[in-house]
Amino acid sequence: MHRVYLDNNATTPVLSEVFEAMRPYFAERFGNASSIHHHGQETRAAVEDARESVAKLLGCAASEIVFTSGGTESDNLAIAGAVAAGDHVITSSIEHHAVLHACKHLEKAGCEVTVLPSDGRGLIDPEDVRRALRPNTKMVSVMTANNETGVLQPVEEIGRIAAEAGVIFHTDAVQAAAKIPVDVRQAGCHALSISGHKIHAPQGVGALYVKKGTRLQPLFHGGRHERQRRAGTENVAGIVGLGKAAQLAKEALGRGDENKMSAMRDRLEQGILGQVDDVAVNGQGTPRVPNTTNIRIDHIEGESLVIALDLKGLAVSTGAACSSGAIEPSHVLIAMGLRPDEARASIRFSLGKQTTEADIDFALALVPEAVARLRELSPTYKKQAGSS
Amino acid sequence: MLTEAIELESRLSLSTNTIAVAMSGGVDSSTVAAMLCAEGHNIVGLTMQLWNQRRLAGHEGMPEQVTGRCCSLDDVYDARRVAQQIGIPYYVVNHEDRFERDVVRPFVEEYLSGRTPIPCSLCNNHLKFDQLLIVAQQIGAERVATGHYARVSHDEGRGRWLLKRPADLSKDQTYFLFGLTQAQLSRTFFPLGDMTKAQVRELAAKHRLAIAEKPDSQEICFVPGGDYKRFIDAYLSEQGESLPDTAGDLVTTNGEVIGEHSGIHNFTVGQRKGLGVATGSPLYVIQISGANKQVIVGGDEHLYSQSLRAKRVNLISIADVREPMRVAVKIRHRHEPAPAVIERTGDDEILVTFDEPQRAITPGQAAVFYDGDVVVGGGWIT
Repeated sequence: MHRVYLDNNATTPVLSEVFEAMRPYFAERFGNASSIHHHGQETRAAVEDARESVAKLLGCAASEIVFTSGGTESDNLAIAGAVAAGDHVITSSIEHHAVLHACKHLEKAGCEVTVLPSDGRGLIDPEDVRRALRPNTKMVSVMTANNETGVLQPVEEIGRIAAEAGVIFHTDAVQAAAKIPVDVRQAGCHALSISGHKIHAPQGVGALYVKKGTRLQPLFHGGRHERQRRAGTENVAGIVGLGKAAQLAKEALGRGDENKMSAMRDRLEQGILGQVDDVAVNGQGTPRVPNTTNIRIDHIEGESLVIALDLKGLAVSTGAACSSGAIEPSHVLIAMGLRPDEARASIRFSLGKQTTEADIDFALALVPEAVARLRELSPTYKKQAGSS
Repeated sequence: MLTEAIELESRLSLSTNTIAVAMSGGVDSSTVAAMLCAEGHNIVGLTMQLWNQRRLAGHEGMPEQVTGRCCSLDDVYDARRVAQQIGIPYYVVNHEDRFERDVVRPFVEEYLSGRTPIPCSLCNNHLKFDQLLIVAQQIGAERVATGHYARVSHDEGRGRWLLKRPADLSKDQTYFLFGLTQAQLSRTFFPLGDMTKAQVRELAAKHRLAIAEKPDSQEICFVPGGDYKRFIDAYLSEQGESLPDTAGDLVTTNGEVIGEHSGIHNFTVGQRKGLGVATGSPLYVIQISGANKQVIVGGDEHLYSQSLRAKRVNLISIADVREPMRVAVKIRHRHEPAPAVIERTGDDEILVTFDEPQRAITPGQAAVFYDGDVVVGGGWIT
């Protein structure tokens, strides 16, 4: 079956150049990067090269990059690492579960957490951040780009507010890095998370930017790896992959490739909006990352549409998978004010570097027809169509 | 029977049609998936996520860990592994809201009203043969196959779909399927209808399914350990509702008050234990009166009744009961169908008059009417 993958916000395929860069680091150059002999020296060099590449992508010094197992660990390290009992944390209702649950866990440990609301467009209001500040606020954590809608948050303003208040600003940039230029100095953040498998590097590797001078309690205790911020033998092959993906991303951004990406996304979005009635873009009119569109398709069950499309070879997503694999409506869309049935009727399409115009054509050929079929079976659609 | 089903299938040009198999992670549905796959059909495996087993874990004495129940994570894992093993696409679909609304809530409310509910029939009516059929259709599968022990066939003469008892009467699940409509039956089939449980397990082993020896789940899927009273307490407390006070008197059939009880939901007709009164001869719950919170007890002889009224009747093999009809009636799952006459006594009511008095006819249970192995229909005992 011909398959088209439009769920790159869930994960991305490893690019062939990334895979080739990683290849020697399994069986040929396999040394523990901390060993003093030749084998360790050569992998140590590779790790540090990768660190430089990631630092260049984010606009920071190599010494400010900590390698982790992924975005979730980076988020947890930043949050648990900076906050202690009695501290106050400000975060938002549209954060990834890694941030939300890490904050919830802190509450149990004696911290106070304020969760800021989102408006209907999916944006966090910097003034809300300012208003939520307390004498004991230690950290603000607001993401750079939302994974469900792609909406870009006003991180620079939030960074300024945090700086004025002397509060640590962490941002989860997992969905923003490599898609748009991200500069930690411009964002004014003290900590920033990225994830390898969202940027065409493998699963199981990520990084956390930690501004020089920011104290962080490590999550893992053991060896003194990563400047004593993250114990554990380095995932050399993964890190090499992340470094290569970061380098390729920097080059692509330098060429303005993201404009091609947004043009394809726009064609997909306009195509669906043009061919299907009763649809709306969640996050309409707000600045977004170039690869994402989250579309609400009224009078259908999103879960059934995702399955029907998958059976025809098109991969997209809706909501979030729970532990059994069933889908729960997106907390982000609910936070934006959608009703549960509207959230359940929303589909996310997210493009990747490997996405072609033919892929967009394929999606445009399948989606309107699949929606029409579902609507034929929908009692609410018939009711509404009958009354108009 | 099987040949009829096969003929029907070829008439529907099966090779191009997709069949959704409802998979629970158990032996029966797993074997159905493997069988149909081996026969060359286009299959999609579906599990309905109906109840979050962890929701009430730890509440009010409910067990912390739940395994081995329908919809537990272990069961979903098992279903998924079977699907992977036989090479079919597999999805879990979330219908927790509907299950809670159409099965769990009514379950609690029935008990609190002094009746003994059958959630499995409600689940069949609203979820397994309604919601699942809808999802199947939405994803492009015209029909659903399940692991139920029952048979469906089309009677050309009557122009009706018939539900029949299976070959293995010890596993007969038709009691729980009396609510199926013609539309639902036309899109369902039961590949295990002609097989015994032993044959099914053999077939599962032949297909080398990891779950071939998994024990059957016997109880209500959302009540771990079978303690429905604890479930009701835990559920109400989780909902922030207080258990309604239905404490009242224990009364004899003569109206004499002989004791007290702490809540009508603690009792079911025919129950002997837990009455809290000691008398010379055994006492049984004869009737539960929700209106005046009374539990009426009496000797064994009071448990027998010769008739019952069934409401919200669903008829399958016939369009209507226009004149009194001889059938055999089951008043609970584990019960030998008893000869009776059924007649319509109202728009929505059928009177069942047994040849012989039956023991412990329980409001809330179903009365299912059989004509040989054909399910005529059934209704809810009032």
